[in-house]
Amino acid sequence: MDILNNILAGQVPMELYLGVSLIMFFAGVYGFLSRKSMLMILISIELMLNAADINFVVFNRYLFPGHLEGFYFTLFTIAIAACETAVAIAIIINIYRNLTSVEVGNLDQMKE
Amino acid sequence: MAQQIIFFVLAAIVVIFSILAVTSKQIIRSATYLLFVLLATAGFYLLLGYTYLFAVQIAVYAGGVMVLFIFAILLTNRPGESLKTELPVRRIAAGVTAIAGLAFCAHIIYYNVKKVSDLVAQADITPQQLGHTMMGTDKYQYLLPFETISILLLACIVGAIMIARKR
Repeated sequence: MDILNNILAGQVPMELYLGVSLIMFFAGVYGFLSRKSMLMILISIELMLNAADINFVVFNRYLFPGHLEGFYFTLFTIAIAACETAVAIAIIINIYRNLTSVEVGNLDQMKE
Repeated sequence: MAQQIIFFVLAAIVVIFSILAVTSKQIIRSATYLLFVLLATAGFYLLLGYTYLFAVQIAVYAGGVMVLFIFAILLTNRPGESLKTELPVRRIAAGVTAIAGLAFCAHIIYYNVKKVSDLVAQADITPQQLGHTMMGTDKYQYLLPFETISILLLACIVGAIMIARKR
């Protein structure tokens, strides 16, 4: 009920931001565990990283206004996520060239 | 009041499209839903007053990463073929894991996070402040991570070319 009062009083409480990023993160966890295509797994990882970014920014803005630590963490996380995606997609395309499939179940054929 | 309405619209977009993105049968649709989620996240950054992060999120994620995804999907996907998922047992286990984790973390957030709801007014971050923070070596300044990121980007470029080129 506290949350409801805060909303009516004119501010968005911090827990709502955390709740949204929580749902985004566990949607990513579900996709990571339930899909077979490597590209879908990569999309799920992007969702999880994005949820972490939202958390950094929200904690920075609500608990430490005037500081910039969460801001810079998010900036660097976005850069690292872009790197990781580029390398992962290069690997996926290479695997597709060798196996003509991007499913994780076929990956152990790469050993031969 | 406008702030709450914008927040709830963005939150609805994030929740609906992130769930659709991991359950959709067509991978190109999943990528499109992911794009909507990333744009709504950029909206959150704008709502919290971080305009620079908003621009970076749009440029890097919605611009760069999404183009990579679309190219990879078009290169590796046969058109009209729907995706395979894991066995039903595995999917149920994944769903149970996700919902259990969600419930656990939601409990922690609801009962333990300090109820902070007043957004303390914060002056806009000026480009000068950003530049000084990124380029300084004092406490709370980030020259070393910045340079490390540049080396990581270089390694990524070289690595991606090495992996993906034809032999």
